[in-house]
Amino acid sequence: MANIMIRKDAAGSYVFYLPKRDLEDSIVSMEFDTPEKWGGEIKLNNGGTYLIEPQALPPRFPISLRARRLDAAE
Amino acid sequence: MSVLTREETEALIQEVLEVYPDKAKKDRAKHLAVNDPSVEQSKKCITSNRKSLPGVMTIRGCAYAGSKGVVWGPVKDMIHISHGPVGCGQYSRAGRRNYYVGVTGINSFGTMNFTSDFQEKDIVFGGDKKLAKLINEVEQLFPLHKGITVQSECPIGLIGDDIEAVSKKGAKDIEKPIVPVRCEGFRGVSQSLGHHIANDAVRDWVLGNRDGSTAFESTPYDVTIIGDYNIGGDAWASRILLEEMGLRVIAQWSGDGTLAEMENTPKAKLNLLHCYRSMNYISRHMEEKYGIPYIEYNFFGPTKIAEALRNIAAFFDDHIKEGAERVIAKYQPMMQAVIDKYKPRLQGKKVMLYVGGLRPRHVIGAYEDLGMEVVGTGYEFGHGDDYDRTIKEMGNATLLYDDITGFEFEEFVKKVKPDLVGSGIKEKYVFQKMGIPLRQMHSWDYSGPYHGYDGFAIFARDMDMALSNPCWSKITPPWKKKDEATELPKAA
Repeated sequence: MANIMIRKDAAGSYVFYLPKRDLEDSIVSMEFDTPEKWGGEIKLNNGGTYLIEPQALPPRFPISLRARRLDAAE
Repeated sequence: MSVLTREETEALIQEVLEVYPDKAKKDRAKHLAVNDPSVEQSKKCITSNRKSLPGVMTIRGCAYAGSKGVVWGPVKDMIHISHGPVGCGQYSRAGRRNYYVGVTGINSFGTMNFTSDFQEKDIVFGGDKKLAKLINEVEQLFPLHKGITVQSECPIGLIGDDIEAVSKKGAKDIEKPIVPVRCEGFRGVSQSLGHHIANDAVRDWVLGNRDGSTAFESTPYDVTIIGDYNIGGDAWASRILLEEMGLRVIAQWSGDGTLAEMENTPKAKLNLLHCYRSMNYISRHMEEKYGIPYIEYNFFGPTKIAEALRNIAAFFDDHIKEGAERVIAKYQPMMQAVIDKYKPRLQGKKVMLYVGGLRPRHVIGAYEDLGMEVVGTGYEFGHGDDYDRTIKEMGNATLLYDDITGFEFEEFVKKVKPDLVGSGIKEKYVFQKMGIPLRQMHSWDYSGPYHGYDGFAIFARDMDMALSNPCWSKITPPWKKKDEATELPKAA
């Protein structure tokens, strides 16, 4: 499990940040993105995949979360 | 266009790596790269933030340097105790020229060195008692200080002193904040971790101190300058531009900054982040906790300044946007005069940079404004995200180097033959003896400021001074001298 932070960039799309590795990347796809259910498997631009426990849409961004690495890019 | 083609640059890297043993060669090869602006992610071409190889000359600092020297040191109304042996604090004292306004020793303490001066018995029996005594002494001798930070040196972590407990107790006694910072030098691979630790200490011990207090009245135009250490007056040169466009700067982090400014930062509307490497952590935290957005800006050279002012103004209403245009228009003729004066003298000159923090990428624009070209750049302690940002700024087939060793840097300079090198004091005399001018870009070679419009005029003058100095044509390096020099005068 890793601490990550998800924020929205100027264009309103999600940006993934993993402080431990200084990894900042855009999120290309998110499994669930509705107000009731949000999260799940997320795919990054660099090819990595992480899992966020599906939850209700966070009230505001950025938000710090726990995520599990399914498949890292390197 | 670069001086070397991609193939030539790659061949150069291979040639330089040739002297290393296999294992070292494999490691160093990952840190040297030829820039390709089309690459989106730096980690595909360059590795950074890794431990330096034992046996090579690196110019990196330690976590203590990152915390005491960079982030905390410039906070002028706090007393920063170098907790441990005397050397760390004394040899780094006032070296960074973080200017401040105030009476040193009365209400400001920027250039003073406070240390607990560890002796053998403190290592054996622990230094907690000494620290407690020191806190009381400081309070008696300097009653106008606003708080204390305890900057740990290596032995504190090794012997396991509980500086947090002492700090908490001391803070209760003197009724002022005392911040323990666990920035022992052995942590991490470079000063970069020290920045992070210092940021975390600010987050845990300072930032929330005035939450809920309404004593400070904020306006819709409040901004803060984050990550500007006021080297040679940089933050002042930046601040006047922001104020001229109608913004109110409520805090400077941390050059010429105070504890109260830091505590009031959560009341700002926008954080302006100059040194991304050392203060992105706290900016991200404030964005999450207080909902204050942050924006990276670059105040080197008129092109980048205009761009930055417009980007900053975009966060505010038309009043500020007009202000930004007004400021840009006002300084435009002055900047044109500077460029007209110096560009003909500097046009086409090549520069190689090797510094830390934000400069390897931020000053590129300023050199380009003067018609100069940066042919190689690298960070002492940058991370992947720094290189992500650098790749776009640099030209095709230019050199990128991370944590370059003394040997590699000399070889690169010999082959690439830049007209000017921008690096630190440890490189300065090596290259000057080779007949290549060098500007010490860590603290602007005792000049400055270089930020803002005023700074650009000084920057241009300094670069011209270094390059046009007639002495460079008179220097022959010792190894190129003819035989007569080797014939030593016989001793009587």
